[in-house]
Amino acid sequence: MKIVVNGIDHEVDVDPEMPLLWVLRDVLGITGPKFGCGIAYCGACTVHIYAQPVRSCSLQVQDVDGPVTTIEGLGSPDGLHPVQEAWQEHQVAQCGYCQAGQIMTAAAFLAEVPDPTDEDVDAAMGNNLCRCGTYPRIRDAVKTAAQKMKEA
Amino acid sequence: MSIGTIARRTFLIGSAATAGGVAFGVWRYRTPYDNPLEDQLAEGEVTLTPYIKIDTDGVTVITPRIELGQGTMTTLAALVAEEMDLDLAQVRADHGPPSAAYYNGVVSAEGMPVAATDTGFMARTARGAGDVVGKFMGLHITGGSTSIPDAFDKMRQAGAAARLVMIRAAAEREGVIAGSLWTELGHVVGPNDLTIAYEDLAADAALLDIPRDVELKSRSNWRYLGQSQPRLDMVPKITGTAPFGIDIRLPDMLYATVRSNPAQGAGALNYDATDAQEMKGVVKIVPLKTGAGVLADTTWTAFRAADLIEFDWAPSPYPETSEDMAAALADSFTDEARDSRFRDDGDVENGSAEATEIEAEYKVPFLAHAPLEPMNATAWLRDGKLDIWAGTQVPTYVVDVAKDLTGLPDDAITLHTTLAGGSFGRRLEFDFIAQTIELALEADGRPVKMTWTREEDFAHDYPRPMGMARMKGRIAADGQIESLDGAFAYPSVVASQVSRLGLTVPGPDVAIVAGGWDQPFSIPNYRMTGHRAPEVAPVSSWRSVGASGNGFFHDCFLDELIHAAGLDPMEERIRLCWHDPSRKVLEAVAEMSNWGSPLPEGSGRGVGFCLSFGVPCAEVVEVTQTERGLKLDRAFAAADVGTALDPRNLDAQLSGGMIFGLGHAMNCQLTYTAGGAPDQINFPDYPAMRFDQCPKVETRILENGDTIKGIGEPGVPPAAPALANAIFAATGQRLREMPFDKFVDFA
Ligand code: FES
Ligand code: FES
Repeated sequence: MKIVVNGIDHEVDVDPEMPLLWVLRDVLGITGPKFGCGIAYCGACTVHIYAQPVRSCSLQVQDVDGPVTTIEGLGSPDGLHPVQEAWQEHQVAQCGYCQAGQIMTAAAFLAEVPDPTDEDVDAAMGNNLCRCGTYPRIRDAVKTAAQKMKEA
Repeated sequence: MSIGTIARRTFLIGSAATAGGVAFGVWRYRTPYDNPLEDQLAEGEVTLTPYIKIDTDGVTVITPRIELGQGTMTTLAALVAEEMDLDLAQVRADHGPPSAAYYNGVVSAEGMPVAATDTGFMARTARGAGDVVGKFMGLHITGGSTSIPDAFDKMRQAGAAARLVMIRAAAEREGVIAGSLWTELGHVVGPNDLTIAYEDLAADAALLDIPRDVELKSRSNWRYLGQSQPRLDMVPKITGTAPFGIDIRLPDMLYATVRSNPAQGAGALNYDATDAQEMKGVVKIVPLKTGAGVLADTTWTAFRAADLIEFDWAPSPYPETSEDMAAALADSFTDEARDSRFRDDGDVENGSAEATEIEAEYKVPFLAHAPLEPMNATAWLRDGKLDIWAGTQVPTYVVDVAKDLTGLPDDAITLHTTLAGGSFGRRLEFDFIAQTIELALEADGRPVKMTWTREEDFAHDYPRPMGMARMKGRIAADGQIESLDGAFAYPSVVASQVSRLGLTVPGPDVAIVAGGWDQPFSIPNYRMTGHRAPEVAPVSSWRSVGASGNGFFHDCFLDELIHAAGLDPMEERIRLCWHDPSRKVLEAVAEMSNWGSPLPEGSGRGVGFCLSFGVPCAEVVEVTQTERGLKLDRAFAAADVGTALDPRNLDAQLSGGMIFGLGHAMNCQLTYTAGGAPDQINFPDYPAMRFDQCPKVETRILENGDTIKGIGEPGVPPAAPALANAIFAATGQRLREMPFDKFVDFA
């Protein structure tokens, strides 16, 4: 089976029913997407397929119908994506375990809605869980990121 | 067995700690532990003190308290960087090896029945004894909001001493007097453009004696401390490059999971793994003390195979249902079950004539820690050596467990403490690490990464115990609060935790009354009694421990009395409070929330206060009744940490603690109906604070207290009472039991 992750083609020999998350993490060694709940509830495993946010723990690899982008493909420590820059500016992460999913969700959302209201942000981010309670800073960072993406 | 090991195995806390600690004598207390880094130096590395390692690329600071999200890695590194004169942005931080040299001298003081507001001789002696005990026991432990207070002097001293030996080494090399040299961001500098990088001096410096009791910088000269610093772990955490325990990858690694008896502590009588064994990708099924494990080619294979194992579990030794557990608590309000009475002022039994009596019963449920990273560990046993990778708060205990399981000596065991995706107290337990070591013993020399499913995590948390309080009070005829009498019943968290080390603890468990008995209010007749309920399930420390329930019991009931007296909840708390720093946090939230200003119809404002872990913290919550239910509009928190080292990080922890407290008060509980496992199996059953429910938050950090304190926990206890008091103000409905969504709807 072929999948494209962060612009790189991979040939993987796995059970077609294996969730994308485990193909990424255990087969390809791409560990940015995290396992939190396994039932599409928490958002820690969020990746993009094309530009859509997808919960990779609950998507079988055989159903992946486009190029996958993980947090590693969004930006890098030396070249942060505007959303990551905003996260850095607001020092959002505590334990950080949810943040790859938060950032991937925010990046996909801001690409669609460049000028979000507070309600838009809550609705878009509403299904991403953060056990550490970083929500107030995520709200601020999403606003900052929107600004940065407009300027970019 | 070293004296540290013996002492560690007799985990003494509370009043026994004082006696135990002093018995060892002062001579040993004064002797420093060996530097554990010396045995592990690679070619070209040197070490100066247990906190500093230098190689040609620069300085690594050992930050021996695990980074769980609380930001300690950065602040601890800043303590050394401040005094050693390092460029903090260039510092590498590392958790370091398990070692008694990293003993926590503050954590055992927390277990003593000494109020934080007590500055008398006996109280100071007891706290000092805590440091002695911590050192003897070699308690290398993260917890109790102690990382910063414990490290504040120790790690600055280490940095200052290292800086001095750098200067001395440079002086010797250059043949000048040390007094002519100074330092600048990782270099010794002097006249005539002399500048030598620490890296180039390290080998010489390591030969010099490390001075003790070096003078520290005054606060006005701080460069990093007192200022917000970018966290060292921030960029890795937002780019997916931070290695959490669950991300460990090793050559030829097996992936694993386990299934254990949901009735904690009881094992499997029997199991049938025929189908699991046959699944493609399964390498081996391994019997464990608690159940069985699967070794496989991926985590997903392991998860599915484990689902196919049919177990015949041993019966639970504990009551089956929440109702039976609650009944056991209710039966504990007896003289026989009385555990402590640290406060007994005046006479609560005989009130004045015509006083109004008020009584109420309060309850809190079992709660799961459920950090977002499910419990996991990696172990690799080969060539008579064991390596372990795990997010643990108790590294030296983990080594003891590994020794017991493998029979290997200390020096054959290496523990790599990883970053952790949250804890909230869960990683004080090491069941998941023991299971992983058991699996590694059966893995034929291959590394094993074991990951729990979220369902396994919920079923095998050692939760915060259920608790109950019976509160009584009187309002005198003149409208003053005349008495407050609280009785709290819980199973003992401390007894349960140490029992898993095969130990018992003498004396009362301070956690049963913490956050209740030690509050700074002047009430003439004031009594707080702890009752020890039987262990209805194995339980553990949960962010803010006893204060997480008692803060709610004490403060909400105080609110009831104040309302009954017809007084303003904020003004009366301030008037009753005799402790200056505590009063000031109340005044601060009053100002921040514009207390007393009118709110729209259907809205209400509540204040909550709790002094825990030495930190007075006050919070105000505003709620509004909407068509979809109660909405939390805004929340304010003020806390006093004595000395604020990193304001932005303190804000993160204080607001995070408040949100954690609010979310669990709103919609979290573990209930039991059968089989020993809670009914809640994944986050939909246990949502805590959801993004769209989170109020706007504002915090303020004060510095009126006389000693430096940690902020990881104190933001939690005042949150539930502030919310319940706000709901009362908005709706007239008094909530005396968590979770509140049993009684009201939240939007
Ligand atoms: S792990 Fe996929 S949504 Fe939680
Ligand atoms: S930062 Fe810890 S779960 Fe979000």
